[in-house]
Amino acid sequence: MSLSEEQVGQIAYLARLSLSDEELQSNTKDLNSILSLAEQLAEIKTDDITPMAHPLHMTQRLREDKVTEKDQSESFQAIAPKTGKRHYLVPTVIE
Amino acid sequence: MQWETVIGLEIHAQLSTKSKIFSSASTQFGAKPNSQACAVDLGLPGVLPVLNKEAVNKAIKFGLAVNAHINQRNVFDRKNYFYPDLPKGYQISQLDWPIVGEGEIDIVVGENTKTIGVTRAHLEEDAGKSIHDLYDDYTAVDLNRAGTPLLEIVSEPDMRSAKEAVAYAKKIHALVQYIGICDGNMQEGSFRCDANVSIRPMGQEKLGTRAELKNINSFKFLEKAINLEVERQQDILEDGGEVVQETRLYDAVKHETRSMRSKEEANDYRYFPDPDLLPVEISNELLASIKADLPELPVEKKARFIAELGLNEYDADVLTSQKSLADYFETMLIGNESNAKLCANWVMGELSALLNKNQIEIQDSPVSAQELSLLIQRIGDDTISGKIAKDVFKAMWDGEGSADQIIDAKGLKQMTDTGAIEAIVDEIIANNAPQVEQFKSGNEKILGFFVGQAMKATQGKANPKLLNEMLRSKLT
Amino acid sequence: MSIHNKTIAQLSKGLNSGEFSSVELTQHYLDRINSSQLNAFITVTDELAMEQARSADDKIAKGNANILTGIPYAHKDIFCTNGIKTSAGSKMLDNFISPYDATVSHKLNQAELVMLGKANMDEFAMGSSNENSYYGDVKNPWNINKIPGGSSGGSAAAVAGRLAPFATGTDTGGSIRQPSSLCGITGLKPTYGRISRYGMIAYASSLDQAGPMTQTAEDAALVLNVMAGFDEKDSTSAERDVEDYTASLNDSIKGLTIGLPKEFFSEGLDDEVASQVMAAVKEFESMGASVKEVSLPNSAYAIPTYYIVAPCECSSNLSRLDGVRYGYRCDDPKDLEDLYLRSRSEGFGEEVKRRIMIGAYALSAGYYDAYYLKAQKTRHLISEDFKKAFKDVDVIMGPVSPTTAFDLGSVKDPVSMYLADIYTLSANLAGLPGMSIPAGFAQNLPVGLQLIGNYWSESKLLNIAHQFQMQTNWHTKVPQGSE
Repeated sequence: MSLSEEQVGQIAYLARLSLSDEELQSNTKDLNSILSLAEQLAEIKTDDITPMAHPLHMTQRLREDKVTEKDQSESFQAIAPKTGKRHYLVPTVIE
Repeated sequence: MQWETVIGLEIHAQLSTKSKIFSSASTQFGAKPNSQACAVDLGLPGVLPVLNKEAVNKAIKFGLAVNAHINQRNVFDRKNYFYPDLPKGYQISQLDWPIVGEGEIDIVVGENTKTIGVTRAHLEEDAGKSIHDLYDDYTAVDLNRAGTPLLEIVSEPDMRSAKEAVAYAKKIHALVQYIGICDGNMQEGSFRCDANVSIRPMGQEKLGTRAELKNINSFKFLEKAINLEVERQQDILEDGGEVVQETRLYDAVKHETRSMRSKEEANDYRYFPDPDLLPVEISNELLASIKADLPELPVEKKARFIAELGLNEYDADVLTSQKSLADYFETMLIGNESNAKLCANWVMGELSALLNKNQIEIQDSPVSAQELSLLIQRIGDDTISGKIAKDVFKAMWDGEGSADQIIDAKGLKQMTDTGAIEAIVDEIIANNAPQVEQFKSGNEKILGFFVGQAMKATQGKANPKLLNEMLRSKLT
Repeated sequence: MSIHNKTIAQLSKGLNSGEFSSVELTQHYLDRINSSQLNAFITVTDELAMEQARSADDKIAKGNANILTGIPYAHKDIFCTNGIKTSAGSKMLDNFISPYDATVSHKLNQAELVMLGKANMDEFAMGSSNENSYYGDVKNPWNINKIPGGSSGGSAAAVAGRLAPFATGTDTGGSIRQPSSLCGITGLKPTYGRISRYGMIAYASSLDQAGPMTQTAEDAALVLNVMAGFDEKDSTSAERDVEDYTASLNDSIKGLTIGLPKEFFSEGLDDEVASQVMAAVKEFESMGASVKEVSLPNSAYAIPTYYIVAPCECSSNLSRLDGVRYGYRCDDPKDLEDLYLRSRSEGFGEEVKRRIMIGAYALSAGYYDAYYLKAQKTRHLISEDFKKAFKDVDVIMGPVSPTTAFDLGSVKDPVSMYLADIYTLSANLAGLPGMSIPAGFAQNLPVGLQLIGNYWSESKLLNIAHQFQMQTNWHTKVPQGSE
């Protein structure tokens, strides 16, 4: 299985990355060599193996339903690229 | 061709917790923009989610209330997509292992009761809000709502008409308020419905291609939007066209649905288990204790109203259709235990009429349940007649005081003094010889004439029962 | 001995006996940093450092000091520090002044340590050579034409180059152990869940773990005592008490059983590195330990497994860097799409983009089972191998890296670069603690010995490492020019 440049372009878009023609070319090559590395996994029999998403066998700890956060919007918005009227601003989105 | 409509609903109920599902910021509605978006809600680099216990408990409550299987081990996944009001670039949701599995709920449409399947219900976080009309060149993002706990309740495609869909949505709406997991406020977006609508030729088993209707914020619009969509699909199919699977936005102002431009097209959500959260385990003990604490459910309440209060099925169904209505009715019953039917008639009659006319919700009624209860007690103890009570009620509605104050002030107390009534009755009999004759010759209807005369003479205050008895005995 | 060659334990004594003040010590390190060519720091926080040093001296004078009061350190620029730029080595966060402290940062402040600055690193901790930093390559103090290893390359270079008594690091696939090995210092990656990840900018959440990078095992124990502990802000942090990691440093290791996985001595391992590692094992035998061969058959698949799991998690973790709420935003975006595409393409470096794309692909519809799910199953097998091995042995030893530090700019192909992690990835996949300790030299460059322990066996690892350091002096070697 090998990815085409077109497919790599689609993957890039899925991750909201844009690639120049040159980058597309080099990334297609790199991605294919990484994926061929990953294809080694096909050799292993894993039919009865449960996937391991976490290294530790712990379960989720639950938090009490308490409000402890205070309004810090001023300091949070001080580092924002663009704000106005207490909002974060982005170019107009058409729905 | 005869078409059959097939509808499934996805309901998003905001769970009424104090803090967010994965952070300790407040969920209060209406705060200053972004004042309740903490570091976790903003998805600052390095922050981590910690699950709110109460959100889990509320989801379990819902599951138990629809007789569903609770997945005692459930898992949070990430749903990846980019949108300005989705701070992390993914929504934490549940895909393969939702907290609530299959359940069901009964709806009543007309004469028929129908069981609607609940496919699943899962916990997830709400997104923020994008505001498009604050600036000309910008969309403004408020992340206060980001991270508010949601329970997404997915139904089976079991509904066959807009009416059924509305009945189901109302049932769920009532239920979540009954069990205290959601405030049900549709205007504020606490309870939102998306409808999956398709049609197929009557008798065909295979489902047609569906459209998902979004942005519906009232039951009235739900019905309208579905009917509109059914018409649209019929037109397409009857013209030989094909329905496209897509998301359509309902516009209540223009009364139309329109396709959401390609938004879904490129979406590949790349779900995978959230590595920041571990599997949730729900113990048998927790399940048992939530079950024990579950309040009386609407279906149970309805059965009790029929069995213990002697209400008919229709009355019991109406009175339990909303928690606030049932609460009002039950408060009224205190002191009127033997007059349940009368209470029911008053709530569904006089009170509902005025509430509807003035577009007031029952919980905001100017006449409280306690106040109305006292009025009914005055009917019950023969202080006033039902007819006079209606006048008293109007005065109460207008803020003229309590039932007793109004009865006293207006001197509406029923005459129960036998002597006084007798004097009036005697006078009327003496003055109306022809009518007396008619009665004696068998015209029962003429009794009404005497009652009317007596009521006129007492300004309606004569105890009707007493009056009737006395007239009968004097005339025969 | 120069003051900067002292260990934390020695500096602590000097501070508390009044031999020198924290202000003097801090100034000394700041001067060294300023004249250093290693590019080990992204930000030097001199003013803050001096302020913290003065306050530490105050505490010491009043007799309120704890053992680490006034000790300077370098903080990997992946830990959020309130009011201080936290870049994660990326242009994307070049303008990010963190509005909050990571739990680790908070703990280090509470312990009255002195932060000298934020250490350079591979962008978002992705890299094995520290050549992926927006702030330029870090140089290996032993030979400035060589890489220091990555991703905690700035931290390793700072400690080896004597620019800080210790540094913090993070290890997702070897990012503490490999640079420690290549720079000749001691580095510990604890069990997953031992140190809070809150405020540590996530690369791969199920693999990331912070740890100390020091001159000695004793110092690592002292620092771990501060860094470790349950944190209610991190759902994956373990609710376990923190031991005093210095308590068993001096225990005898007689009777210790060392497991040598044959897979760790296979093709690709540099002969000289192999012989240094075997010499270190011999040293342990002379101290009363016995050696047993063990097998970790699935560790051969650690590279493909890791390079699926980590990219999947990172592709999602880095989605929040979208130019909306903080960080880099491109100039004059014409619409939302343009804002996303350009901000992310201009803000991320090559390797980061590559891993994001691998992850996006491996999670996408139709490929999830073949890649992500398959890798999670292999991960389970890799972890089972360790479980079996630890039934027979107390610790597993082997090389950290197949070679010594290579030349800057010499490895261009990403897959060849990934091979550098072959011996370190398994411990992350299984969540096990691992260490790198100096074990000699090859080609005039340091060689590290890797120790992998069972879950929560940090004390044991530190004890083993300390005993080795009592018998050897590799850990006291200082690069020429840094004496």
